[in-house]
Amino acid sequence: MEGALLQVEQLSKSFGGLRAVDEVSFSVREGEVYTIIGPNGAGKTTIFNLVSLLFAPTAGRIIFRGEDLTRLAPDRVAGRGIGRTFQNIELFEHATVLQNLLIGRHARAQTSLLAELLFLPSVRRREVEHRRKVEEVIEFLDLQRYRDSMVGGLAYGVRKVVELARALCAEPTLLLLDEPSSGLNVEETDDMAFWIEDIRKELGMTVLMVEHDMSLVSRVSDRVLAVNQGRVLAEGTPAQVQSHPDVIAAYLGGATP
Amino acid sequence: MRFILKTRYEQDLRLFRDGTVAGWYAVLALALLAAPFVLPEYYTTQLVFIFIWGIVGFGLMLLAGFTGQISLGHAAFLAIGAYAEAILQARGWPFFASAPIAIALSACAGVVIGLPALRLTGIYLAIATLAFGFIVEEVLARWESVTAGNSGMMVPPLRLFLEPLGSQTAFYFVCLVAIAGTALLVRNLLRSPTGRAFIAIRDSEISAQSMGVNLARYKTMSFGISAGITGLAGALYAHQIRFISPEQFTIFLSIEFLMMIVIGGMGSLHGAVLGAVFIVMLPELIAVAKDWLPQVIAEQTGLKGTIFGLCVILFVLFEPMGLYGRWVKVRTWFSLFPLYKAGLFKRQKSYQKSERLR
Repeated sequence: MEGALLQVEQLSKSFGGLRAVDEVSFSVREGEVYTIIGPNGAGKTTIFNLVSLLFAPTAGRIIFRGEDLTRLAPDRVAGRGIGRTFQNIELFEHATVLQNLLIGRHARAQTSLLAELLFLPSVRRREVEHRRKVEEVIEFLDLQRYRDSMVGGLAYGVRKVVELARALCAEPTLLLLDEPSSGLNVEETDDMAFWIEDIRKELGMTVLMVEHDMSLVSRVSDRVLAVNQGRVLAEGTPAQVQSHPDVIAAYLGGATP
Repeated sequence: MRFILKTRYEQDLRLFRDGTVAGWYAVLALALLAAPFVLPEYYTTQLVFIFIWGIVGFGLMLLAGFTGQISLGHAAFLAIGAYAEAILQARGWPFFASAPIAIALSACAGVVIGLPALRLTGIYLAIATLAFGFIVEEVLARWESVTAGNSGMMVPPLRLFLEPLGSQTAFYFVCLVAIAGTALLVRNLLRSPTGRAFIAIRDSEISAQSMGVNLARYKTMSFGISAGITGLAGALYAHQIRFISPEQFTIFLSIEFLMMIVIGGMGSLHGAVLGAVFIVMLPELIAVAKDWLPQVIAEQTGLKGTIFGLCVILFVLFEPMGLYGRWVKVRTWFSLFPLYKAGLFKRQKSYQKSERLR
C-alpha cells in the first residue's frame, strides 16, 4: 500500500510443527493507532515479536519506511525508530526510574568508549541532552514523584507507565504496545487511553498495539485487525471488526468454517 | 535528612552528590595521603593490599555486579597482568610501558573469554571461566622458558621510568593513584551510555536488545574492561609480593574475589572497596581473635576458610546488599532518627514474578 509506514507481507512463523503466524499481511499508516485483537493464543504477541525482530520469521517480509527490516539484528530496530513495551513488563528492576528511561535513549547514544571513560565535555553535553529529553517524557506521563525510585519497589500500574515512558524516550516513529492495559484497574486503563491519544496527537507517533480490553480498543483505535490461530479474520474500523461474524464466532465459539 | 534541590541537569551528573559528600571524600584522600608517614610500615603494606584488591573489586564488580556476568577466572587475569609486568620489567621496561601492555594483554584475554559468554549464562558461564582459569594456570606452569614454570620468578622493584622506586612509601602512592584513577574511570563509565547498557543487560537482556543494546558488543566489552582492570591490579600485585608462581593464581583466589564483592555488596562500587577492606582485614581479625578463643578452636587448621564461608552465608541470608547495604541502612537510621521504619528497605514483591518463571 502506498503511504504505509509499516508494511507486513505474508508473514509466517512456525515453532516446530505449530504455525503460530500464518501468512499475515497488514499495513499501518503514518499517524494512526492500529490494534491487533484476537483470543488467547491467536499469535498476537508473536506478530509483535516478529515486527520487533526478536524472532526471525519463517517466511514473509517486514517493510518499515520503505526499508526491508526482515534480516536486521534485533538491536538495530530501536535505531530505525521502532520502540516497544512488553506484555509482562521487562524493566531494569535494580535501577531507578531515571536510569531506566535513560537506557531507553540508548539507540540515540553516540559517544565513544574512550570519551566516556574520561567523561569528556562532549559526553557531558550529550548526557544533559538525554536528561532533558527524559524529563520531558517524565512530565508528559506524570512520573515526577517516582524519578529516583527503584523500579523493583514500584506498584504494577506505575511500572506499566514507566515502561511506556522508556519506549517514548527513544522518540520512536512507530510505537509497539503489547497489551498496555493488562493488569491495570479501570482508572489506570482510562489514563492509558488518554496517553495513547496524546502520544498520537501531541507526539505524532504511530501506534501499533495488541489489546484485549475492547472499550479501550474502540476508544483509541483507527483500525483493528482480528486474528485467530495465526490467521487474519477481519480488518476494519473497531465497529466493523466487532460485528464481523467470524470474529464473533472466534470469541464466542460456534460454527466456524 | 538532607534534601538536595536540583535546579540544573548537570547536578545529576556530578561525581559526588553534594558538597558534604565531596568533603568526606577529601578527608579520606587526606588521610590516605598522610597514612604512610603516620602509620607503621606494616599497616602501609596492608593498605597497599587493600588498594590492589580494591582494583580487582572494581573490575569484577563491573562484570558481575553491573553486567550480571559471573566469572570464576579472574585470578587468571590477575596472573596475566602479573606475569606480563614481571617479565617486561625484568627486561628493563619502565612501568609506563609495561603496565599498559599488562593491561592490554589481560583485556585481550578478557575479550577472548567473553566470546563464549555470548552464548552461555549462569552456571555454564561459571564453568567456562573456571576452565579458562585452569588453562592459564597450566600454561604458566608449563611455559618454562618464559614464566620459569612452577619454580616461580622473582619480580624486580618497580621502575616508573629508569630508576627503581626507592621505598615502600613510593610504591604506596603508585597504588593509591592506580585505585583512584580506576575508580574515576569506572565511575565515569557507569554514568555514561555504556555503563547503563551494562545494567540493562544485567536486568533484562531481551529488553536491553529492544532498546538498541548490542548484547555481543557490550558483553565482550565488559569482559575486556573488567579483565584489563584486573590486569593492572596484577601488575601491582607482582611488585608488592616480589615473587610470583602459578600456584598463587588458583581457583581459590577467583572464589575469594567473588566473595569479596558479594560481601562488599553487589552492584555498588563502594561495595568493591569495602569487600577488599574486609578480605584484607579478616586474617588480621582472626589473628587477634585467636588469643581470645579456646585453644582447641584457635589451633584448628582452616579457621580462615570456615569464617570466610560463614560470613558469605550470613551475608547472603541476612544482608544481600553486603557491607555497603548495611552502611546505607545505618546512615538512613541516623538521618531519619527517630522515624526509621523496620520495613523501609523491604522490596515490594511484584505479583507477576511467578508467571515469568525466573
